[in-house]
Amino acid sequence: MKADGKKLIWKEYQKEIADDHYFYARSCIRQNFFPGSEKAFTRIMKDELGKDLCDNQHHTSCTGIGYHTDVVPFETTMTVIARQFSLMTEAGYSNYIASCITSFGLYTEIIETWKHFPETLEKTRDFLYKATGREFTVPNNLAHASDIIYKFRNEIAAKAKYRLVDKNTGSPLKVVEHIGCHYSKMFPHKGVGGAEYPYVLTGMIESWGGEVVDYPERRHCCGFGFRQYAIQANRGFSIACSRKKFDSMEPYEPDMIITNCPGCPMFLDRWQYALSEMEGRTYGKDKQGIPVFTYEEVAGMLLGYDPWQLGLQVHQVPAEPLLDKIGIEYDPEAKFKGPNGEDMGKPAAPSYLKFYQE
Amino acid sequence: MSKHVAVVGAGIAGIEAASILNAMGHSITLIEKNEILGGHINHWHQLFPNRRQGRDLLEKLYEKMDDSIQVQYGKEITSIKPFSGKFIVTAADGWVTNADAVLMATGFDLFDAHKKEEYGYGIYDHVITSADLEEIFIQGEGLNPRLGKDPQRIGFIHCVGSRDEKAGNIYCSKVCCITAVKQAIEIKELYPSVEVYCFYMDLRMFGRHYEELYQEAQEKHNIQFIRGRLSEASENKQGGVVVKVEDTLLGKPLKLTLDLLVLMSGMVAPVAVTNMRDKLGLAKVDDGFLKPVDPHTQANLSELPGFFMAGTATGPKTITDTLTDARSAALEIDRFLKEII
Repeated sequence: MKADGKKLIWKEYQKEIADDHYFYARSCIRQNFFPGSEKAFTRIMKDELGKDLCDNQHHTSCTGIGYHTDVVPFETTMTVIARQFSLMTEAGYSNYIASCITSFGLYTEIIETWKHFPETLEKTRDFLYKATGREFTVPNNLAHASDIIYKFRNEIAAKAKYRLVDKNTGSPLKVVEHIGCHYSKMFPHKGVGGAEYPYVLTGMIESWGGEVVDYPERRHCCGFGFRQYAIQANRGFSIACSRKKFDSMEPYEPDMIITNCPGCPMFLDRWQYALSEMEGRTYGKDKQGIPVFTYEEVAGMLLGYDPWQLGLQVHQVPAEPLLDKIGIEYDPEAKFKGPNGEDMGKPAAPSYLKFYQE
Repeated sequence: MSKHVAVVGAGIAGIEAASILNAMGHSITLIEKNEILGGHINHWHQLFPNRRQGRDLLEKLYEKMDDSIQVQYGKEITSIKPFSGKFIVTAADGWVTNADAVLMATGFDLFDAHKKEEYGYGIYDHVITSADLEEIFIQGEGLNPRLGKDPQRIGFIHCVGSRDEKAGNIYCSKVCCITAVKQAIEIKELYPSVEVYCFYMDLRMFGRHYEELYQEAQEKHNIQFIRGRLSEASENKQGGVVVKVEDTLLGKPLKLTLDLLVLMSGMVAPVAVTNMRDKLGLAKVDDGFLKPVDPHTQANLSELPGFFMAGTATGPKTITDTLTDARSAALEIDRFLKEII
């Protein structure tokens, strides 16, 4: 592998990312899957980086999953997204951040559609006005939230309490990066680093002290392809995709997986449990699995945020072995306690995958 | 008084046209941007379909070159301007000559395989181009120094940068199919036990004896031809190249690990020549090559009297076609020069 070859490609795919005053649109599903991630993002933006971020409670789903499963027509999707943009306009912002990869891909697709077919923009303005009386401007700058963390990765590294380094050996941790398909596979120039060798997470990993693992199935979908997962009869394809990736990355003995999509960490994490129950097969050392994180969780961990406030207790693959390896402090007793110290109860243990620290 | 012809490019088309025009009594300056004559053939080990050495072909062409041909080395032509019935030809280093006629024998560039990012050229250690493989053959040390072992499985990808709208080139580069067949046979001769796979869209064996070579590749050397395009390449822990291809005849996806992946890079128009064409206001073809006035009857003429073209400057050609085209251009130039006297 020639690192310089990738650097040449990365130079070709750099995008403009606004440096302040953002309108933030959350994901429909991330707060259920990884409940601390978006909170960690807003905390990092405001408390660590001192940025102006509008976290607006009135926005809705972008309709992405419905659109990609052919339930929602494109005109409806454009109008719903126009409404999100009208909220941004009303709040006095012009830099839009999407928390979700599918939303980011869909916003990009729609803005490109409007650019190439201006009549669709006029039609959408008309639909939105008739339905809601609202008007909007198209964002000056559209970014995915991982673009923002990428942009400020060195500032985060400077404030971090920990690094992606084995505290005992001083060696960089081996990190698998997994990019959501809708980040740059549809519009390579809209993603940092392009579609084939995306740099957005790699840049964070390098800045934070880790070493990226490039394995043969790096580009493969995590298994959250909507037609695989949303259609029950196809779910075998979903778990097969995840398994293909685990089998491919396993020889590299990765310490962790970092993702930037709502679905990828969900499936790469939860399917490890499902695979272990179906086949008795576990990945990673000592049947502990390969822990999977969102980039906000990783940033938060390194900045010294409490792992349980980051929501790491809801991961199926336990995060503790990795926390121990880095030397991150945490209270094992607090893992299943609520915000006021109340006992939430331990979930049932899987048959094969280790879930508790024993 | 003899007329002066500036032949731009001393590849095989330029050499052949210069020799013939010189023999016809014209004064010739052969201008080459590199320090040696011969162009791409210098880097080609064996030629199809008869497997002669590239060097041998060049020797034959050099034999016909008379000493009275003035050769200018290291001159990259940056400007050609019509002026008072002549052309002022200027090089990057300031060298200038006047000519009664100009022949553009500027050839082609190899498609930059880095542009097919998903194939991993320049990133994965064991992904090379067909041109790289010819250099390896010329060095004569086989693949072991590169691979550290005898290869067990090698793949060739046809049409890299050719017939590819995404790469901006919809044309066929003509020589890659048969080059892949020839290179696959050379590999099998070096390493008889190696498995060789050629992944193709269509096999275009249009030339004399090409089909025979293709047949020999299958029957004698057991080279596997699989119809399907490469979707992506990646590298495994051992440095092998993992490829994903669809076998479109069987209708099944394939995934296999290779010791070496060879990309059959096609031909593209040199950017400098395309720019020169545009500055002169000559007719454009979207692919950047020079456009003749008539593809059948005036294949060497431009709309600008005295400005001619030959060889792959007008599009991909085989060696045979290039040399024929060069001789045809020489005749056209001779006729033009006689008319202006």
